[in-house]
Amino acid sequence: MASTGVLAILVAGVLVGPLLWPVPIDEIDFSARLATPSADHPFGTDDLGQDLLARMMYGGRISLAVGFAAMLVATVVGTVIGAIAGMSRRYLDPVLMWVTDLFLSLPQLPLLLLVIYLFRDELKAVFGVEGGVFIMIVVVIGGLRWMPVARLVRAQFLSLREKEFVEAVRAMGASRWRLVVRHILPNAIGPVIVAGTIEVSAAIIAESTLSFLGLGFPPDIPTWGRLLFDAKDHLDVAPHWALFPGAAIFLTVLSINFIGDGLRDAFDPRRVM
Amino acid sequence: MTTHPVLSVDKLSTAFRVERRWREVVRSVSFTIGPKETVALVGESGSGKSVTALSLMRLTPRDSSRITGSVILGGRDLLQLPDAAMRQVRGDEIAMIFQEPMTSLNPVLTIGFQIAEALILHRGMSRAEAEAETVRLLDKVRIPAATSRIHDYPHRFSGGMRQRVMIAMALACRPKLLIADEPTTALDVTIQAQILELIKLLQEEEGMSVLFITHDMGVVAEIADRTVVMYGGEAVETGTTADIFARPAHPYTRMLLSAVPRLGSMAGHPHPVPFPKIDRTTGLPAPPEEIPDTVARAERPVLEVQDLTTRFEIRGGLLGRARGRVHAVEKVSFDLRQGETLALVGESGCGKSTTGRSVMRLIEPLSGSVLLDGEDIMALGERELRERRRKMQMIFQDPFASLDPRMTVGAAIAEPLVINRLASRAEAREKTAELLRRVGLSPDMAGRFPHEFSGGQRQRICIARALAVRPRLIVADESVSALDVSVKAQVVNLMLELQAGMKLAYLFISHDMAVVERVSHRVAVMYLGEIVEIGPRAEIFGNPQHSYTRRLLEAVPVPDPARRREKHRLSNEELKSPIRPLDYVPPERLYREVSPGHMVQVSDSAPPLPVVAAA
Amino acid sequence: MATYLLRRFLIAIPSLLGISLVLFTVLALAPGDPFEELATNPNVPPEVRTALRAKFGIDDPVMVRYLRWLAAMAQGDWGFSFASRIDVDQLILQRVPVTLFVIGSSQILALAIALPIGIYAAMRPYSVFDQIANTLAFVGFSLPTFFTGLLFILLFSIQLDWLPFVYRSDISAEGWRWYWEHLRQAIMPIMVLGFFQAASYTRYVRSSVLDVARLDYVTTARAKGLDERTVTLRHVSRNALIPVVTLVALQMPAVFGGAIVTEQIFRVPGIGSLLISAMLANDTPVIMAVTFVFACLVVLFNLIADLLYGWLDPRISFG
Repeated sequence: MASTGVLAILVAGVLVGPLLWPVPIDEIDFSARLATPSADHPFGTDDLGQDLLARMMYGGRISLAVGFAAMLVATVVGTVIGAIAGMSRRYLDPVLMWVTDLFLSLPQLPLLLLVIYLFRDELKAVFGVEGGVFIMIVVVIGGLRWMPVARLVRAQFLSLREKEFVEAVRAMGASRWRLVVRHILPNAIGPVIVAGTIEVSAAIIAESTLSFLGLGFPPDIPTWGRLLFDAKDHLDVAPHWALFPGAAIFLTVLSINFIGDGLRDAFDPRRVM
Repeated sequence: MTTHPVLSVDKLSTAFRVERRWREVVRSVSFTIGPKETVALVGESGSGKSVTALSLMRLTPRDSSRITGSVILGGRDLLQLPDAAMRQVRGDEIAMIFQEPMTSLNPVLTIGFQIAEALILHRGMSRAEAEAETVRLLDKVRIPAATSRIHDYPHRFSGGMRQRVMIAMALACRPKLLIADEPTTALDVTIQAQILELIKLLQEEEGMSVLFITHDMGVVAEIADRTVVMYGGEAVETGTTADIFARPAHPYTRMLLSAVPRLGSMAGHPHPVPFPKIDRTTGLPAPPEEIPDTVARAERPVLEVQDLTTRFEIRGGLLGRARGRVHAVEKVSFDLRQGETLALVGESGCGKSTTGRSVMRLIEPLSGSVLLDGEDIMALGERELRERRRKMQMIFQDPFASLDPRMTVGAAIAEPLVINRLASRAEAREKTAELLRRVGLSPDMAGRFPHEFSGGQRQRICIARALAVRPRLIVADESVSALDVSVKAQVVNLMLELQAGMKLAYLFISHDMAVVERVSHRVAVMYLGEIVEIGPRAEIFGNPQHSYTRRLLEAVPVPDPARRREKHRLSNEELKSPIRPLDYVPPERLYREVSPGHMVQVSDSAPPLPVVAAA
Repeated sequence: MATYLLRRFLIAIPSLLGISLVLFTVLALAPGDPFEELATNPNVPPEVRTALRAKFGIDDPVMVRYLRWLAAMAQGDWGFSFASRIDVDQLILQRVPVTLFVIGSSQILALAIALPIGIYAAMRPYSVFDQIANTLAFVGFSLPTFFTGLLFILLFSIQLDWLPFVYRSDISAEGWRWYWEHLRQAIMPIMVLGFFQAASYTRYVRSSVLDVARLDYVTTARAKGLDERTVTLRHVSRNALIPVVTLVALQMPAVFGGAIVTEQIFRVPGIGSLLISAMLANDTPVIMAVTFVFACLVVLFNLIADLLYGWLDPRISFG
């Protein structure tokens, strides 16, 4: 599939790229300020003359890492909460679903901004600038995006646990644990993988949005969103500065979304055999 | 037919495109339907009968299907008509009703509007005229208080009533031909009888022809003048219904007819009798083999159920408080001996499935006692219950749904052994092979997944899985109901054979009276959560006492055109619901012993016999 | 129906309370003390500081502080903006209409695009039109609003010079020109937000229509002899819209997120850009109030969705 190829190239680019293009990301060169793409600077330079290709490859690592880490947080939290709600027969389910719906109606971006605004300094002190912001952004994005996964897992559990094969295993004398781990979870996992894929792209967009608003990573960590934030006041003279990181975000998100769609079709039980 | 046919179908073929390849599902089918004639299109699943019906209406998906041949109606070939002209035919000259009344009506439009739609479209009526006509149509299909119900939405109607609405909609423009695609398959047997009577009556009144599609030979015998038997996409035999039943020519027809369970065929047989084995090439049955008595009468019953009661609360309203209760199972008592089959029969909502699940404590009963080999199941803790469950196993209705799609068949059969720690891995593998052989499958099939098997094979796998732990009791919940006639006979035979070999006790839950008559030693009839009559099989079928038992038996269509009922007793009695207010106290029930072991509820909870309508 | 609405309305109250609790918890857990400045100021004697703390109830238990804060919020006493030197409620009242105008127009635009395209594509699945629409929808919702915004500025303001890229509230023109200028500067924010939402709505509509189109009652409608147009509009669309309403309501938080970004890019003076500037200015009362207003708006839109749901689906009234 073309989208898998594009994603593979992007991932390989940010992982291996810096080895092949060993230009420091913070080398200031005022003689090459806002240079358009050339052989020296394939993606051009910014207002301090820093090489954009090198900065993008470095920042891309952070952007992708945030995407995958936040997806893991969201999927694990969502699966656990959804599974507990889906298996409980009495009071836990309505309580957990109320909390889920509550989180769903929280205005996420404002809350994200609020949390980062309030806790940024604290975390920086504990984990250092880079680590602190990274952990906070991953936890906050993941912590505000587990709800769709939880709803999905719960719905899957509710429908699967009424299926005759689950009842059959129950009638054999299987424990609840075996029921969940051997029969329900494996059958519920397909849609969760699809949702997880979409979570990656959502998290990448969320991180880019934060950085774009100037409230994500600091300027010395040039994630793609941060590059766009810095570029937006120079659009008239240096459009390349915004176009390259923007295109990188777009291509990453697009290919992940296409992969998710392909997976959805593959897992669709209604698919014609 | 001497008169000119209303519809003549010639060499009709329909192909569907599946992954870029055309697959023919109907091959060169030809038949005619005369004026006022009812023709049945009968066949098992996958025979192409429903596709034939959709093809006549040109309702198969446009882009992925291809219809060839000719369908002549009133001198025009429908397959050659332009789309606009074909739309004029649909609903006006040919109308159609479908299998699933629950999903065939649009949930967001009132039934009145949906009926009037065709009138406005084809008859050019005004809204008011159409509404008046709709009321007349609803009266015609015997929907009570028609005037007040035309503004109701479909969810306010029961399945039987919705099928009446569908019929009213189909009759709206007085079509020349009504196509009924399994219109009663989803309905309970007493409701089915009502709908069949209604269709017959309306056909006489309106003078229309009917193409009736079904898999049920009993319904065919009941309704059709002529019959077309379909098999594998082809029409293998065509003739008058009486001829086909009396002198079937094609081997497939013969096989189908000899596999059909017939109510009343068991008179004079003291024990269950397997279905006759049928020679595949000639379609002729071998003489039935008698099975010796398997019931251990001297021993203590395997299962003793006393006053079992299961209720569910219905919540609703502002705060989700309980608003009523479903009295699903109400003081049900029976016992079951080793080697014996007790059939629980009744219509949907009577509580027969809930009883089966309550006995196994898959659903927690409210009260009562369940003794398995003398031990009270109700008193067990969760761990002990799990352990004891290996003495009682369950076989479900849908064999595909009851196998984990991600587990090989071998692993599924071995699973109960693994769960109960009864065998090592190697022993389990050996045992699985033996079980597969025992249910008539090959041991090398163990590595395959459920979707690679046919419906009948899957049910054999489920039986093998249930047998793995050598249970004493098997609860078979509609286990053969979803299977095609020929497969059904084989699975029933297997179950009888296993009962004799392994001394199994069966709690056989079914709505199919003809199968029940063949397999059971004793029968319990359930109605609104209670057993209204219980006794030896021959007594229940030969000497039914309770009015509900009689109604149930009367409603079963008999696959014999010679015994077709001529009486037109139209009723619109609905199935009663077991939902009661919170303060409802169930009355004390008394039972009368008719003959040894044959008990009838005295306080008659069945509704009065339906009123005879002036036909 | 009335019971249903009352029920939905009563459910909205605990969710508002829940949201306020989450907000307050975040604030209470946050490091730092609003009186830190006073504490480090040597000119303020300790007794005064203690008195001040007592007056504002800083040392009370968290529950008491939450209730006091909630009561103040409910009475419209939202505090004072340090940065703008004005009461917070007045500041927000000035800004809310612009935000609602931009969001409302963009939602209308999104639905005007998504409904016809989604329905048309689903009735002809896998046709050329469907494939093009599907691909465009994918591109549309993979393009983050901040990037589309920059692309629009680059194209329409810098290259073509058709539209202004800074939103001004002090337009000096008179009469119809004043309206025209207002409209012109609103076009880009509305389009950015509208296109993004249109892309995801198109996919919802398409998949929902596809699900409905294979149901039995659609075959019933065709068997009646109705033409495709009537079948689609009368029998398919209304049923297909029922799940779409829920999905659109679930999108509301994301819509507000998009609005913040768009307002920031085009400097639209709405509550979104107010939030960002308040954060950069450490203006805590404004931040809290704006976040809470966003939460209220989400709950309000959910209520509207429930209303629509009840109107579309007759089964609701008896649920």
